[in-house]
Amino acid sequence: MSPSLVLIQLLSGLAHAMVLFLIASGLSLIFGVTRIVNFAHGSFYMLAAYLTYTLAATLPLGAAAFYVAVLLAAASVGLTGLGVEVTLLRRVYRAPELYQLLLTFALVLVVADLVKLCWGSENLTGPAAPGLAGSVAIAGQLFPTYDLALIALGPLVAAGLWWLFYRTRWGVVIRAATQDREMVAVLGVDQARLFTSVFALGSFLAGLGGALQVPRQALTNVMDASIITEAFVVVVVGGMGSLPGALLAAVLIGVIDAFGVLVLPRASLVMTFVVMAVVLIVRPWGLLGGPPAPQRTAAAAVVTAGAVRLPRRWVAAVLAVLIAAPPLLPTFHVWVLVEILAFALFAASLQLLMGTGGMVSFGHAATFGLGAYGAALLVTWTKAPMLLAFAAAPLAAAAGAALYGYFCVRLSSIYFAMLTLAFAQIAFAIVHQWYDVTGGDNGLLGIWPAAWLAGPLAYYYLALAACGGGVALLARIGRAPFGLTLRAARDHARRAETVGINIRLHQWLAFVVAGFFGGLAGGAFVFLKGSVFPNLLAVPMSVEPLVMVLLGGVQAPAGAAVGAAIYKLLDTVATKYTEYWQLVLGAVLILLVLVFPRGVLGVLGDRRA
Amino acid sequence: MKSHRVLGTLATVLLLAAPVAPVAAQAPIKIGEINSFSGIGAPFTGPYRQAVEMAVEEVNAKGGVLGRKLEVVFRDDKGQPAEAQKHAQELVASEKVALISGTFLSNVGLAVSDWAKQNRVLFVAAEPLTEALTWAKGHDHVFRVRPNTYEQGRMLAEKAAKLTSAKWATIGPNYEYGKRAWETFRDRLKELRPETQIVGEHWPTLGKIEPSQFVTAILAQSPDALYVSLFGSDWIAFVREADKRGLFKKMFVVGILLGEPEYIDPLKLEAPEGMLVTGYPWYDLQLPAHKEFVAKFMKRTDKNPVLGSLVGYITYLSIAEAIRKAGSTDTDKLVAAFRGLKVETPIGSITFRASDGQSTMGAWVGTTKLDAKRGVGVLINYEYVPGDRVLPSDDEVKKMRIGN
Repeated sequence: MSPSLVLIQLLSGLAHAMVLFLIASGLSLIFGVTRIVNFAHGSFYMLAAYLTYTLAATLPLGAAAFYVAVLLAAASVGLTGLGVEVTLLRRVYRAPELYQLLLTFALVLVVADLVKLCWGSENLTGPAAPGLAGSVAIAGQLFPTYDLALIALGPLVAAGLWWLFYRTRWGVVIRAATQDREMVAVLGVDQARLFTSVFALGSFLAGLGGALQVPRQALTNVMDASIITEAFVVVVVGGMGSLPGALLAAVLIGVIDAFGVLVLPRASLVMTFVVMAVVLIVRPWGLLGGPPAPQRTAAAAVVTAGAVRLPRRWVAAVLAVLIAAPPLLPTFHVWVLVEILAFALFAASLQLLMGTGGMVSFGHAATFGLGAYGAALLVTWTKAPMLLAFAAAPLAAAAGAALYGYFCVRLSSIYFAMLTLAFAQIAFAIVHQWYDVTGGDNGLLGIWPAAWLAGPLAYYYLALAACGGGVALLARIGRAPFGLTLRAARDHARRAETVGINIRLHQWLAFVVAGFFGGLAGGAFVFLKGSVFPNLLAVPMSVEPLVMVLLGGVQAPAGAAVGAAIYKLLDTVATKYTEYWQLVLGAVLILLVLVFPRGVLGVLGDRRA
Repeated sequence: MKSHRVLGTLATVLLLAAPVAPVAAQAPIKIGEINSFSGIGAPFTGPYRQAVEMAVEEVNAKGGVLGRKLEVVFRDDKGQPAEAQKHAQELVASEKVALISGTFLSNVGLAVSDWAKQNRVLFVAAEPLTEALTWAKGHDHVFRVRPNTYEQGRMLAEKAAKLTSAKWATIGPNYEYGKRAWETFRDRLKELRPETQIVGEHWPTLGKIEPSQFVTAILAQSPDALYVSLFGSDWIAFVREADKRGLFKKMFVVGILLGEPEYIDPLKLEAPEGMLVTGYPWYDLQLPAHKEFVAKFMKRTDKNPVLGSLVGYITYLSIAEAIRKAGSTDTDKLVAAFRGLKVETPIGSITFRASDGQSTMGAWVGTTKLDAKRGVGVLINYEYVPGDRVLPSDDEVKKMRIGN
């Protein structure tokens, strides 16, 4: 590598890093103060890009139009953020923290379809930045002026934010709230106003990042999804809530990406996640983050009371319907039921982790995918009989979970979540890249059940036995001493340790058990579909069970199953009747969160109590 | 465009609300159309759908087929194979469609195809490009309209071989499509010019390219020529960055699909000139049937057709023709009808080969140039290469399909 190449590649990496920093700093700020895992951050980024596109073309300001458009777009997205916080998020602050995540996920769906409605789904090419459209010669190579401007802008924004945080009263309050929110509240700071202002500023920064991408990238309906994961990675690597951390991480990731392209071109898919995994294993709270303030209430704050126990009559009734009804149903409904069963078990296995164990995983797709691939690989390469492959699915997933769970359980809260995501992404990259064995993105085909199980009813009863049995076992595990121990560790780690509980060991075991059942769900799914593709391990597959668990209620596996049924039915019906299924699904989810702020079963359970 | 959407939605609502009128003496023949109307394929499927609707209306205006009207039931696969397969189940079990058609992404096409094989349902793939669909994973129940990666890669290689470039690099999405598009091109090029040297391969993540890094890396390897299989937003971002760095002045660029309106139109006047590409010069084709197709499409949509529109139109003409030939909607008869089916299309007649179900639809290979008047890049000095000129022989196909 010649020195001039190194220099140019460094500059390329820095330009990318600065956009990342803008977006990540907003995300970090919002999480630091409000603890909201804001999936909609990427949507705000996308919205601002589209607004800039339209404003720049319509404002009658000549060359200045683009720059005015950037500011206007970022400001309107900031205002949108403010509106969302006041009208929606504020309503669920009393619910367990994670319900805000569900709400922001619903917003992602709604914004995606609104953008599609307003701007269409074709790719759009925005204007170049007037005055910065050319390039300058650096070390014998041309380099875009606009990228140089971005490299200059990044530190300017960072300095502005620094001034805001370290030289104004508002900034002092924000820093205090990031460290210890309860203490700030005790001191009489109006939390509602603080949260609103933080959300508006964070959204503004996302908007600014999106608006500034217009001259560099194409506008697409999926640009929200492509940025949000990377933004979370930057935030977590830097340390949640740390502004200098976000800057450092953005530069680190931008530059490593840039040089990774030169050194390991085939690893581009996974580079950032490997970096994140390494950083988190070495520094459990990110590069510049610190351990969170000890919480005074139940640590996870996910579950308020003990596990909900459903009345036996209800369970018996549901079971009777599940056994008796399918022969009377049209074929397709039976297939939908099988899919729901698989997802019910998948979500219930996550419930053990996040509900009973208080460990929220963003990478649960890995267990599903490992199970599915485990079975599919056995069938493809050893011609294993179907039932043997089916039985191998949970074992493969449990083995995988044991391996990476060992590292994950050393971490807590969002760092735990992001490390699980990192491992899921690494697993995704492996099945995606290992063409000779896994078929890469063309997947593995022809993974059908044995002939006597291939009919809808036969396969349904197999799935019912496997998945229904799995959910029942998970419920039993949650009530057993093992589940109670997990809850003790979740609610008060220090006391649990004092009475001699080996917390990490129990959490690790929970991870393996959740992996086992997640893998069983994957096995049921693969023979339903007859094929397996890497997207079973991708981010959306990790988000879905999370949404299901929250929707149904985190208190019990039954809640997860109910959430899976509601979500899958909604999705199936909406997709059938409208092209704008995301809008419908998102709107219904928002309503459900507002009506059932602790999940359907959670709220019903509370009423009964 | 927006008003059309509103009207469309309104019409749909009215249609759904209206009681089922006993208009047709016989129930329509239903066809299940699964495609990526949202997700990563969404930018390209809208114009496809419009052409499908146009084709079906035309067939129905002439009295339909077998005295029955055609009716298309659309489903959105969201770009996910599992979702597409679920729709296939629903369309066959609940909607009782005669056959499944559509799909854009290769992996979605493969998933539907495998399901069709297992359930003995006819699948007419419109746009997925992977060769595996008709060869390595081919079977009796699958047919494909669009020329696949192998064909297009070879067409480009044969043209490129006539140029002097010896040192090649490539950039493409980190997907099977990108890899195969490159391998077929490279292998053919090496056959024709053994001195060909490969200096670099670059595989950015699909939909997430950070182009500046790749441009620097390519420039550092200083190839004489670059083969590109990026598309969509990745391609737009790459062009903007590469242009500023003078990449297009330093090397000859060959791009698969990049002359198609889907990919060259969004670039407007930023489209690079002098690239060797496969594309679709709808504005220039003189065949009367094609001129009529363009006029009808533009009148209907206020937009110019893209390659997807042509493929959609041809796909449904072919389906109608096959049903006519079969004289029935019975799957076995339809499959038999599709073998060797000859269809008159706006671009001349094409045949669905009996050996592998691949149609002989070809592609236009030409050079890009800016058209200041229309404000977009166009294809010049192009040649239409029919599929049969580059497709493997029946014997070779047989070898590739062993065990299926």
